Amino acid sequence: MPGTVITYIVRRLIAAIGLLIIVSAITFSIFYLVPRWAGASPETLANRYVGRAATEETVKLTAERLGLYDPIAVQYWNWAKGVVVGAEYDYGAGVERCPAPCLGYSFITKQPVWPELLDRIPVTLSLAAGASILWLVFGVAIGVLSALRRGSIFDRAAMTVALAGVSLPIFFTGLISLAFFSYRLGWTKPGGTFVPLTDNPVLWAQALILPWITLAFLFSAQYARLTRAGMLETMNEDFIRTARAKGLKERNVVVQHGLRGALTPILTIFGLDVGLLLGGAVLTEKTFSLPGLGKYAVDGIVANDLPKILGVTLVAAVFIVLANLIVDLLYAVVDPRVRAK
Amino acid sequence: MTTADTDPTAVPGVVEPEIGEELLSVNNLTKHFPIRRGLLQRQVGAVQAVDGLDFTVTKGETLSLVGESGCGKTTTGRLLTRLLEPSDGRIVFEGRDITHMSEGKMRPLRRDVQMIFQDPYGSLNPRHTVGKIVGAPFKLQKVQTENGVKKAVQELLELVGLSPEHYNRYPHEFSGGQRQRIGIARTLALRPKLIVADEPVSALDVSIQAQVVNLLEDLQEEFDLTYVMIAHDLSVVRHVSDRVAVMYLGKIVELADRVSLYEKPMHPYTLALLSAVPIPDTARKSKRERIRLVGDVPSPINPPPACRFHTRCWKAQDICKVVEPPLIQLAPGHQSACHFPENATPEQEATAMKAAETNPGRDSVKA
Amino acid sequence: MTNDNAFLSVRDLRVHFPTDDGLVKSVDGLSFDLERGKTLGIVGESGSGKSVTSLSIMGLHKGGSARISGEVLLDGQELVSSSSEEVRLLRGKRMAMIFQDPLSAMHPYYTVGHQIIEAYRVHNNVSKAVAKKHAIEMLDRVGIPQPDKRVDAYPHQFSGGMRQRAMIAMALSCDPDLLIADEPTTALDVTVQAQILDLIRDLQSEFNSAVIIITHDLGVVAELADHIQVMYAGRAIEYGTAEDIFDRPQHPYTWGLLGSMPRIDRERTERLIPIKGTPPSLINVPKGCAFNPRCNYAHLNGGASETERPELLDSGAGHMVACHLSPQERQKAWETDIKPKL
Repeated sequence: MPGTVITYIVRRLIAAIGLLIIVSAITFSIFYLVPRWAGASPETLANRYVGRAATEETVKLTAERLGLYDPIAVQYWNWAKGVVVGAEYDYGAGVERCPAPCLGYSFITKQPVWPELLDRIPVTLSLAAGASILWLVFGVAIGVLSALRRGSIFDRAAMTVALAGVSLPIFFTGLISLAFFSYRLGWTKPGGTFVPLTDNPVLWAQALILPWITLAFLFSAQYARLTRAGMLETMNEDFIRTARAKGLKERNVVVQHGLRGALTPILTIFGLDVGLLLGGAVLTEKTFSLPGLGKYAVDGIVANDLPKILGVTLVAAVFIVLANLIVDLLYAVVDPRVRAK
Repeated sequence: MTTADTDPTAVPGVVEPEIGEELLSVNNLTKHFPIRRGLLQRQVGAVQAVDGLDFTVTKGETLSLVGESGCGKTTTGRLLTRLLEPSDGRIVFEGRDITHMSEGKMRPLRRDVQMIFQDPYGSLNPRHTVGKIVGAPFKLQKVQTENGVKKAVQELLELVGLSPEHYNRYPHEFSGGQRQRIGIARTLALRPKLIVADEPVSALDVSIQAQVVNLLEDLQEEFDLTYVMIAHDLSVVRHVSDRVAVMYLGKIVELADRVSLYEKPMHPYTLALLSAVPIPDTARKSKRERIRLVGDVPSPINPPPACRFHTRCWKAQDICKVVEPPLIQLAPGHQSACHFPENATPEQEATAMKAAETNPGRDSVKA
Repeated sequence: MTNDNAFLSVRDLRVHFPTDDGLVKSVDGLSFDLERGKTLGIVGESGSGKSVTSLSIMGLHKGGSARISGEVLLDGQELVSSSSEEVRLLRGKRMAMIFQDPLSAMHPYYTVGHQIIEAYRVHNNVSKAVAKKHAIEMLDRVGIPQPDKRVDAYPHQFSGGMRQRAMIAMALSCDPDLLIADEPTTALDVTVQAQILDLIRDLQSEFNSAVIIITHDLGVVAELADHIQVMYAGRAIEYGTAEDIFDRPQHPYTWGLLGSMPRIDRERTERLIPIKGTPPSLINVPKGCAFNPRCNYAHLNGGASETERPELLDSGAGHMVACHLSPQERQKAWETDIKPKL
């Protein structure tokens, strides 16, 4: 069996690399072509790099050095090569080495993208980790209780709140809670005050508690509904009747037999959601001014800063692909029937 | 290839058989489902679902395919109706080779060969009315009906014992037996010549099952229908069949007319199968000779060599593990594939032995 | 039908389910007795109430929406009025159940061994190691080869027959006095069915337990049962020995079942004789005899079958029937109309 597992992982990783190439190529094409369709020439693009005061000659030189005159395929190839083996940029004043994975330099800030991304990953990671634990615990617990007390006041109330949670956009709930808890009551820090966990765990948590709750509210609602539906289905399965026929206590029937069966599909969705969030919780980060990947991506898109956009896209894609792979492997751990295949 | 009549609609090369003549013949029919594994998804083996069937179906008869799960009877049904593409062999319907006929050429033929399914509910679209379901074949085949589709559908509903007023109702409003009637009405819409019925009554309660069995018999008589019945219930099979083919692990092990198969089964597997059926008769209970097979049916991925039944057969000897017994005729209309047939005269035993010597079996031939 | 030796006594059991469409009377006044060491076969078509009966005996309808009345006495202890917890402690220990589809009846995520160990440890305060040893013994007892290896396999790695054997091992792990088998072989192939029926028979004589076998297959009850109860629309309409039911059936519904059934053991050239119509809705059960709209003999008794519900009465030597026809009429109908056509 380990042999087949390794084969499986290798196959998945090969597929993942293919997927990353496709995703980056599409992103590259979009952000390469759109400005050109809008009438931008290599010079106007290079202009952003050198600033308005530069002479025409400098602009042309820069455009040439950046490879902006090359056809799209060559440019993409150079970019991809940079990711794998690193790149060297010649600014006239000397060659600058950009080690692998080189995602290029921001058009605007002139800073290399990769180190900037590295700075932002912990923020997004902190946000996603805290929120996902919260929503998993609350969502599943509420879902199970709702399913077991189907039709009760608790069930109806919980499902109404859940419906609200699913429908309300994050900037709405986020701004309301910010206004109330931070500004009115002063219980938590307002946005823009992220402190790394390693520096000060208390401040870290204080800055993140509101975004966690806001994000978790949205997701708990979804998870409560999913868990409820899953539990209702599972508790009707024949094996639940068997478990009761053995004389098991109802609590064990629900937890060991019911929940165990209902959790598997939730696990899949959980993995994908976390993977998606790691690529940047755009609205949450923007609402709470958290310097994470999502905010970075938004800034990049607003400024049409191609290297930034490509960098975030690639990192986000890597997270999603990895999350997918982990979920599929976990699936085999949870469900022995999957292992056979 | 003779065209018997001058019917302008007749397709050239088609022989319209009379009652008792050959309607369908199957030669070396084979279906292997490949199994792929590893990094490059190489084929590492195959599920030998159906492996070299030879049989014919004559017009007006009921031929049943019986056997336990995994014997390939359902796959065979799907091959006959070309829902699956055969891996090897030939299917000839009314003189035409339809084995690998293209979808376009098959279309007129789909009118002639229809299928009835086991689960009457699963095969009916729950969002369509009965009228739409039963009338669908007319639309699909662009058939003109004299008094409109609705009239034709209502006639069909009456034919299968439903009320014409059921036209606008939905499948969920009907009981299991009525749903199977709807399925049968749909099947009959285009006046097929051959109906492949896959477990048509096994989902029904016994009293309802009898109603549907009788209906199938009446329809056969009225329209000269030919049935290939796929079933696991040996009692129902005995009641409805003219001939019965017993399958084991993708092969026919015995093929005989009903009476001789049930009264004098020659293949040990048939004997075991028949003796395993519980009989609702207290007097015979103690007298019956019981044969209990041990273990389970082996996997069709790696079926036992030579005679596939030898791993579970109480009569098996060394030859059974080496030489595959060919399906040969031991008595008129009675074929069996066994080196040591049951209920056999000494001459029949000798015939079986001799066949093994002269025909070393398909496996060895291929090698 | 009172029996002092009865290990299980069911008295006027009623199980009703309120639904949006009305009250579903799944079981509506059922009584029977069963002794230790005996097998009762309950026969009926879908909706006759046979499965609901078994689940009610096991207390598996407790706490749900079902309205249950009547008495279920297991070795003298009344279960309908007992608390859920009291019945739970008996479940698996004194009464156990096996189900139709062993694949869906076992939890797909736990090993077969785990599920047997769990069943054993609910009622026995032993270590996991001891319970595992017991599970292996049980698997061996029900004829599973290499039980010490198979104990760690998952249900999907077993064949259908092996799974049903494992289910039986699980049900018998605490040595129950009552075993209820609900369509135990319906999902199995015929040669495997024969193996499982043999196994149930052997185990019963070994454990001397009372067995209820619920099935729609008259052949299965003929093989296994000492007594047979035929159910229709939530009530017993005939009860007797296997000989009573097959050789001298008294109720027109039983005749209908026999007439509907194709025979494997003889050439039957006659057409099948189906029961006309369809089974009744359990919300609007016909007045009087529930079978009267489908009965070919209902006209013989001056309309009594449409107004009055026939009681299950002894027609001699413990053969009981719920029918308004006189014994002479029944005798005549059976001898002339039914028997020759089977």
